[in-house]
Amino acid sequence: MSETVLSLNDLHKRFGALQATRGVSLDLQEGEIHALIGPNGAGKSTLIGQIAGSLAPDQGSVHLAGREITRLSVAQRARLGLGRSFQVSSLAEPLSVMRNVMIGVQALQGHSFRFWKPVYRDESLLAPAREALERMQLLHRADTPVSELSHGERRQVEVACALALKPRALLLDEPMAGLGPEGTARLTELLEALKLEVPILLIEHDMEAVFRLADRISVLVAGSIIAHGDSVTIRQDPQVREAYLGD
Amino acid sequence: MDKLKNDSAPPGLPAIPATWFDRKGLVQIGLLALLLLAPLAAYLLGHVYYVNLGSRITLIAMAAVGLNLAIGYGGMVSFGHAAYFGLGGYVAGISAYHAFDYSPFLSWPIAIPGSDSMLVIWLATILLCGLLALAIGAISLRTTGVYFIMITLAFAQMVYYFANSWPSYGGEDGLPIYLRNTLPLVDTGRPLTFFLLCFAGLLLAMAITSRMMKSRFGAALTMARLNDTRLATAGISPYPVRLVAFVVSAMITGLAGALYADLNGFVSPTLLSWHMSGELMVIVILGGVGRLYGPLAGALLFVMMETLLGGLTEYWKLFLGLVLLFVVLFAKHGLMGWLAGREPHV
Amino acid sequence: MCVVTLTLFLEQLINGLQLGTMLFLMASGLTLVFGVMGLINLAHGSFYMVGAYVTALVTVSTGSFLLGLTAGVLAAAGVGALVELIVIRRLYHRPHLDQVLATFALILIFSEGTRWLFGSSPLWLSPPQMLTGFVTLPGGARYPLYRLVIIAVGILVAVGLYLLISRTRLGMRIRAGESDREMIGALGVNIARLYTLIFAMGAALAGLAGAMVGALQSVQVGMGEPVLILAFVVIVIGGIGSIKGALCGAILVGVVDTMGRVFLPAFFRQFMSPAEAAGVGSALAAMLVYILMAIILAFKPKGLFAAHG
Repeated sequence: MSETVLSLNDLHKRFGALQATRGVSLDLQEGEIHALIGPNGAGKSTLIGQIAGSLAPDQGSVHLAGREITRLSVAQRARLGLGRSFQVSSLAEPLSVMRNVMIGVQALQGHSFRFWKPVYRDESLLAPAREALERMQLLHRADTPVSELSHGERRQVEVACALALKPRALLLDEPMAGLGPEGTARLTELLEALKLEVPILLIEHDMEAVFRLADRISVLVAGSIIAHGDSVTIRQDPQVREAYLGD
Repeated sequence: MDKLKNDSAPPGLPAIPATWFDRKGLVQIGLLALLLLAPLAAYLLGHVYYVNLGSRITLIAMAAVGLNLAIGYGGMVSFGHAAYFGLGGYVAGISAYHAFDYSPFLSWPIAIPGSDSMLVIWLATILLCGLLALAIGAISLRTTGVYFIMITLAFAQMVYYFANSWPSYGGEDGLPIYLRNTLPLVDTGRPLTFFLLCFAGLLLAMAITSRMMKSRFGAALTMARLNDTRLATAGISPYPVRLVAFVVSAMITGLAGALYADLNGFVSPTLLSWHMSGELMVIVILGGVGRLYGPLAGALLFVMMETLLGGLTEYWKLFLGLVLLFVVLFAKHGLMGWLAGREPHV
Repeated sequence: MCVVTLTLFLEQLINGLQLGTMLFLMASGLTLVFGVMGLINLAHGSFYMVGAYVTALVTVSTGSFLLGLTAGVLAAAGVGALVELIVIRRLYHRPHLDQVLATFALILIFSEGTRWLFGSSPLWLSPPQMLTGFVTLPGGARYPLYRLVIIAVGILVAVGLYLLISRTRLGMRIRAGESDREMIGALGVNIARLYTLIFAMGAALAGLAGAMVGALQSVQVGMGEPVLILAFVVIVIGGIGSIKGALCGAILVGVVDTMGRVFLPAFFRQFMSPAEAAGVGSALAAMLVYILMAIILAFKPKGLFAAHG
């Protein structure tokens, strides 16, 4: 039935004496939100690095849409359809929202070594960027420099940037971090609608959002996945309660 | 005036110059007019010295336009652009030297004669400066920050010492160009003609920079400067984007160097020295880093200080140092920032 | 085969070591300042010049080299502290471009100021009488004692720096500053004073190098610049921020540069005319350390002993 879009197969990563990732395998299916949770220091950042391409695993493989991407660079993975957002907003502050989103469209089209035609007249860049912004309900802010946006709006721009790539899979790193209840509710709603188009691997601290959004949850503790299942299973898993929920 | 916005623009337009007649536009026209009309007036009044001074300002500005592309637009703090300026100069000098005494530049494996045609010299300059920058950039751009600064400096120093100790073309004494190199149809030997040629070169360099920065490539380069993680995450590797910008930047500076050698009728390792690299950087900063007209404003200020203060005291660079220190510490946006206001989108 | 006598080789090796120790004195200050404060300082060569000038002036007027040397080192430290207080501390949180330009401005001010005060012609400074003799090397060649003394001083400084950084309270703070700038604030250290102290210490080492080499060559405006750039090559090779890297880099650069200048032209004479060999050899020798740097960076972009990540 549903097709695997992203899969991690037995990833290992060691920093000196610290084994940060110990044999992690998980997958992301078409049409779902798969949440990855875990306490601080569980090795989430290291794992994200290996998925996104900023870290190379010592062992194991990563596949995107059936293609091995374990040794590809961040940019190559992005071009193959891996969109991501960052825990700490990583937008170009002085530029307008539009310019931030457009760069993804440009990358998708693969024509960055064109030196003549001005981008601000290039409908082939503007139209898809507008579409991505519309999707995140941000079109009215297109001309605003990112530095003037609210925290929540930046989160939405991050996702819009990822959408501009027409991604096969989205990797969202704590998108709710620092959002108020209103912002969280808004983003939750947007992500819920979005998952039908593109599956999302969601790394998130906000348990309420996770339990509401996620179709499946994996729990990472000390570099290993200790539990896996839907929200009901995870809530009741004694190992998870002990290691993570602190009961 | 900074807040001026183009309300009629469709959503998502990056700032477009609204008009030529706001404060910024007027300052820019004023700078261009000053640079063009002052040498013309000097010519009419019979002061050839000032025509040549105009050419000097123009060429230094052009070299700085090249450097500004790397530093201002690309965020690559190159402390070694003298290498390209000097290489351009040496291409002009060496080519003229062989054309003058009909000796071949190379006889094996292929015969390459000298040439006194500026077109040939410019082509060779673009090619050689591009190759040198490709080699230096390919290594230097693997690093960032202070490493990049020091490595570009070190490579330029390597070229300097090479020119200094290679005896065939004058070594540290340099190489004279007895007859100015030529172009079809125009007499480059006439100071005004030569000035106009330099002026056209500067305009072309500025037009290329401006157009390029508005293109897709410019969008990628801007993102590489502001946030290279974002660029990579969007799917564009920053490295080749930077490398291409670095190479284009070197070509522009190199062309300015070739013309500069023709202006002086002389080329020596001084053009390659790290003081030259430093001064080009100073000009970019004095004028306003990352501003299209910054190098022009900076070169005007620099050469005017050199001429006026240099006429008063032999130690004018002491005052240049003080002015520079002041600008860096307290007036970060340079002359263009002061005259024309800050750029709405950096 | 190329005939290289053991004596010549030994002599050049010691010359290379002497250049290396002097580069180390320059590079250790640069690399400390970068490692702890994150600052790139082009004006470091100016402290070298200040040390040499004050040493020359005081030696001439008092007749004592030792007094001159002491005054030179103290003057360099004092000027360093003053420059830190007035200019440098405004630059710690600025981009590297600003640091480069501001310290470039300082070079202009120092160089032209010195030219204004003392003129363009070099001052003469000779080593003290008791160090002007020669030492007989194994193999029979006579080698100037003073150069050996420079090497000895360099070794002493290296050992002293090592002990300072590994054994003392100040050293602990320096190490803390290198690994975590927030932490030394938390330790209750007066950071501003620590920075001034480190900067002045680096300036003093540069002044010491300038004074000792000034007696070997000549004391003139701009004397610090070629050394400064070689010192940059040294710390790029060694890894910016690492004292150990500065030491290894300095000796590597010193020996390779010295050997290249002597043996490359000799090498090319094997299959070229002497004039051609001299040209090709000396041009290549001049580029040798930069080629070395390029090769090392191609494999280790952060240098041999990268201190930061």
